[in-house]
Amino acid sequence: MYDIIIIGAGPAGLTAAIYARRASKTVLVLEALSYGGQIINTPDIENYPAAMHISGYDFATKVYEQAQELGAEFVFEKAVGIKDNGDTKEVITDDNTYTAKAVIIATGSENRKLGVENEDKLVGRGISYCATCDGAFYRGKKVAVVGGGNTALEDALYLADLAETVYLIHRRDAFRGDEATVNALKERDNVKFIYNSNVTKLIAEKRLTAIEVTDKNTQEVTTIELNGLFVAVGRIPENQNFAQLIKLDDSGYVSAGEDCITNVPGIYAAGDNRTKSVRQLVTAAADGAVAATEAVRFVQEH
Amino acid sequence: MKVIEVTTATFENEVLKSDKPVLVDFNADWCGPCQMLKPTIEQLAEERDDIKIVSVNIDENDDLAYDYDVSSIPCLVIFKDGKEAKRSVGLKPKSEIIKLF
Repeated sequence: MYDIIIIGAGPAGLTAAIYARRASKTVLVLEALSYGGQIINTPDIENYPAAMHISGYDFATKVYEQAQELGAEFVFEKAVGIKDNGDTKEVITDDNTYTAKAVIIATGSENRKLGVENEDKLVGRGISYCATCDGAFYRGKKVAVVGGGNTALEDALYLADLAETVYLIHRRDAFRGDEATVNALKERDNVKFIYNSNVTKLIAEKRLTAIEVTDKNTQEVTTIELNGLFVAVGRIPENQNFAQLIKLDDSGYVSAGEDCITNVPGIYAAGDNRTKSVRQLVTAAADGAVAATEAVRFVQEH
Repeated sequence: MKVIEVTTATFENEVLKSDKPVLVDFNADWCGPCQMLKPTIEQLAEERDDIKIVSVNIDENDDLAYDYDVSSIPCLVIFKDGKEAKRSVGLKPKSEIIKLF
């Protein structure tokens, strides 16, 4: 039995592992894919204190090595459920069951899909969820970005420097994201705004060649020829496997405050999968520290 | 076996004319998920003698990326008898990559 099991090896989970090990607790980190989480897609981190110009991959590798050096154990299995036995908890993975006194859920979130036919088939053949990862393939080409939040706006601005034309498609008549970014986009000649519209069809042969966009108000359908479609319509927290036990909010995030305490004593939530207003690298790390400290206290008291 | 670095010049001989099925790992230095995938690819190359595993740097060989419609990396493509058989885009666990063979 471990003192603390951490589900997810992104910045929140890895930071929790560091704090829990420094409090001399035994720690198992379970990760479905590979350490680092979403941050590994970021080419250059510029907003984390003291880490100027470091790639997301290098950052994640350093935190992973730090947690390992401090003695955290890592197992690469997907957690599919948690069973609460009061003073102990069981975490069930695809292959095994592990027991601990406390559990920290730090599973993060995944890209929300458009939900248009053939979307999955065209990923990597014209459909992308990461402008900074795949933008380089669209130098001098025509692309569209779907979404209205900061990610969509920043993606459009990033792509405006590379692509010939960037269509920014939003289902409302105003953007939710930063006004400064909207204004910067409006100054670009190669950015075209399409409001009140949804992408309703993907047209492809071997790869994506065009999309159909439907105006919500007039129902008018327009075909836009393009090479790439960047989907930035938000993220979905990966909490579905724990929903029976853990209270989630309407959007699927774990209902837990800044103390990271969930409705189940001894189970904590840290990082992007928790209800919060700012989802950044630094707030994920902060959550990890808070959740681990609370978990350590729980272990000591039980 | 080790992972073989393949370029536009050697692609035809190493991949298209290979007797064995070939797993081509399209990647770039700036791509974090590609770096994450690398140890798995290297491990598979050591473990499997029945498959040839090669790596293509898409920055240095952008014509190969273009020819094979690679627009998202990491991208793994299996070639059998000179033709694309299967493809997987994005960071995937080893258990899923094995299913491509």
